[in-house]
Amino acid sequence: MLKKVSKLPFQGTECQAQAFADVIAQYKSDPSQLMTVMQKAQQIYGYLPFEVQAMIADGMDVPLEKVYGVSTFYAQFALSPAGKHSISVCLGTACYVKGAQAILDRITELLGIGPGECTEDGLFSLDACRCIGACGLAPVMMIGEKVYGNLVPEQVEGILAAYRDQ
Amino acid sequence: MALTTVQLDDLRTHALAQMTPGRSGLAMRIVVGYATCGIAAGAKAVIESLRKELAVLGIDDVAVEETGCIGMCQYEPLVEVFAPDQPKITYVQMNAEKTARMVHSHVANGKVVAEYTIGAATGEAAQGEVLPLDSTAFYKKQQRVALRNCGVIDPERIEQYIARDGYQALKKALTELQPADVIQILKDSGLRGRGGGGFPTGLKWSFTAANAADQKYVVCNADEGDPGAFMDRSVLEGDPHAVVEAMTICGYATGASEGYVYVRAEYPIAVKHLETAIEQATALGLLGDDIFGSGFGFRLHIRLGAGAFVCGEETALMTSIEGKRGEPRPRPPYPAVKGLFGKPTTENNVETFANIPQIILHGARNFAATGTEKSKGTKVFALGGKITNTGLVEIPMGTTLREIIEDIGGGIPGGKKFKAAQTGGPSGGCIPESMIDTPIDYDNLTAIGSMMGSGGLIVMDEDNCMVDIARFFLDFTVDESCGKCSPCRIGTKRMMEILDKITAGKAVMEDLDKLEELAYHIKENSLCGLGQSAPNPVLATLRAFRDEYVAHVRDKRCPAGVCKALLNYYVIADKCRGCTACARACPVGAIRGKVKEVHDIDTDKCIKCGACMATCRFGAIEKR
Ligand SMILES: Cc1cc2nc3c(=O)[nH]c(=O)nc-3n(C[C@H](O)[C@H](O)[C@H](O)COP(=O)(O)O)c2cc1C
Ligand code: FES
Repeated sequence: MLKKVSKLPFQGTECQAQAFADVIAQYKSDPSQLMTVMQKAQQIYGYLPFEVQAMIADGMDVPLEKVYGVSTFYAQFALSPAGKHSISVCLGTACYVKGAQAILDRITELLGIGPGECTEDGLFSLDACRCIGACGLAPVMMIGEKVYGNLVPEQVEGILAAYRDQ
Repeated sequence: MALTTVQLDDLRTHALAQMTPGRSGLAMRIVVGYATCGIAAGAKAVIESLRKELAVLGIDDVAVEETGCIGMCQYEPLVEVFAPDQPKITYVQMNAEKTARMVHSHVANGKVVAEYTIGAATGEAAQGEVLPLDSTAFYKKQQRVALRNCGVIDPERIEQYIARDGYQALKKALTELQPADVIQILKDSGLRGRGGGGFPTGLKWSFTAANAADQKYVVCNADEGDPGAFMDRSVLEGDPHAVVEAMTICGYATGASEGYVYVRAEYPIAVKHLETAIEQATALGLLGDDIFGSGFGFRLHIRLGAGAFVCGEETALMTSIEGKRGEPRPRPPYPAVKGLFGKPTTENNVETFANIPQIILHGARNFAATGTEKSKGTKVFALGGKITNTGLVEIPMGTTLREIIEDIGGGIPGGKKFKAAQTGGPSGGCIPESMIDTPIDYDNLTAIGSMMGSGGLIVMDEDNCMVDIARFFLDFTVDESCGKCSPCRIGTKRMMEILDKITAGKAVMEDLDKLEELAYHIKENSLCGLGQSAPNPVLATLRAFRDEYVAHVRDKRCPAGVCKALLNYYVIADKCRGCTACARACPVGAIRGKVKEVHDIDTDKCIKCGACMATCRFGAIEKR
């Protein structure tokens, strides 16, 4: 899977470093928990920049190359930060046959970004995902935790505008 | 505390009384569908309103509970009311206001609000009448085995599972049966794997049991990779203890003391309910050492997937549990010999496991009474796409596709014509209209060039382009190919390029032959099931809908009007009022026309963005 790597400088807080140290302490002894550690690190930092991957490699005592290998294999691991509002359009089969591509196209048109990208102002990031389990409401998209169902392209502009004004 | 068998039975009696209205001081029991679909549709507001209104009225002998997916995703949020000596009442498409009205009328005064019930929503009940859910067309032909507790119990309360005979099968296995007996029962039942392959489960268990080792494992595949399918999620969300109990039985039968459930990280509620279930079972001694004093001990762990389709393949899944890149490896050696951490391992799908407690409890004959000659029991399908009732259906094997679509599914919305149903997701194929009366079982579906798959069933109508659908699935496999073997990594990409040419109107007829040749080559030479099945959607559509491919290639036309590059926008002269709205909306100035005169689109200039069509209030623009 091809991934976009962020060029933004990484900056972690003291609080994040503490949470990360706790995770390492908990799982250090079991190398099979590497993915769990990476998932928790992503929860803490929001994404997995190289600096964090190096910290994981150090903490778990595995080569950095292995951490990088895992991070690029699985779709869930993000190498660049998400926007303030992350938009996720479902491109599962049920949504696709009901016109999800048109929803995605409309968002791309409005925001000027494609899947895997973030707007320059850092407000929105866009992703395509596969079935969030709300096929009954297809086509579906999520902004943050909120699910929007039974969408038509004409609705998109209004929905996004509400987030802009927040 | 380790529960004894007697204590389990006592707990069952007690818990059953607790959830039965009319007993234990309970006047009514109200359950709200609180799975992913219900929450997405707004179940939270409904449950809050329920609690608030009950408090306002000072009613404290009514239980309000959250439950799993009842199956009718279309009609969420769902609320069901159980009262003594009455059939349950199913309210659909609820919101806070409707809920308040229902509480004041039904709960406080015993007057059912008929217009909010399922029969009114589907139009099956006469005005003012109430139709029990079981009598609706959607439910009548279903039979619930794997889903028997989904939408019935509160999945986060072990006592409700126990009240519905939970852990009785484990008790029976550990106290009355030898491991070999358990395996024999499964063999006799004819249960086949529900994860797609359809391998006989009893036989699989017997392979692991036959291998001596210091450590063996049980693995549950809850990766559910088929995009557009959610059977396993619903079972884990709605009845997690069934999987815990079945895996423990599997451990006993095969000689394993540890189990792993590999769940997609995209299923946070399933993970949460499973964690709760494991904690509760451990607290009662239903997991851990010396279960029921039998000397047998079993422990369960959860591992989260991270979004890789190939990890649904059994060997890749085990590599992923070990914390590595989830690449498959060649078989043999099979997992029964060398599986997780190099030890003998039994791996089954969630739905397969969910059937097992019922089989142990009620016997092989009972289970095998349903189904066809070689496919026994029921199968859960996630019904979606162009169909009136989307949701989760569990049907006896041998039901025809026509019954699923027309009776259970309520047909195609908008008076459109059925074109095909897709099963098996990216590994599967499609069933065209001519095959709609085929009884569904493993062997029949394979024979008509599709496959059972894990249970995704997507209905397509005349507006769906089959070439575009084939391209959609191939795009998925290109993205998900792990890259380890070249037929899959490179081959699928080349197929994709040909499909791109076809949908862009740049292909020649020879490309169709090339596409087919390449497809067979990939099928024969790929390392794992992903590559071996990746060409299936293309081959199946080529077989059943060759005319659509030919239309794209030779006539440069997309009959369904989907492939953008092949479409042109036209003004329908009769409908155009000359309002100029479209001309103003057109970003490239391709629309000519004066006020109050019929407009015209310059197809050479047009970039096919669709803005004119979206703007026109008179439906005067068409795509063809
Ligand atoms: C590419 C690929 C993806 C698969 N995805 C799944 C899946 O998501 N869930 C599943 O249960 N089985 C999946 N399988 C099938 C598993 O390899 C395995 O056969 C199955 O889980 C065995 O369990 P069962 O015998 O109970 O069906 C997949 C197979 C392949 C080749
Ligand atoms: S396919 Fe989009 S929610 Fe299932």
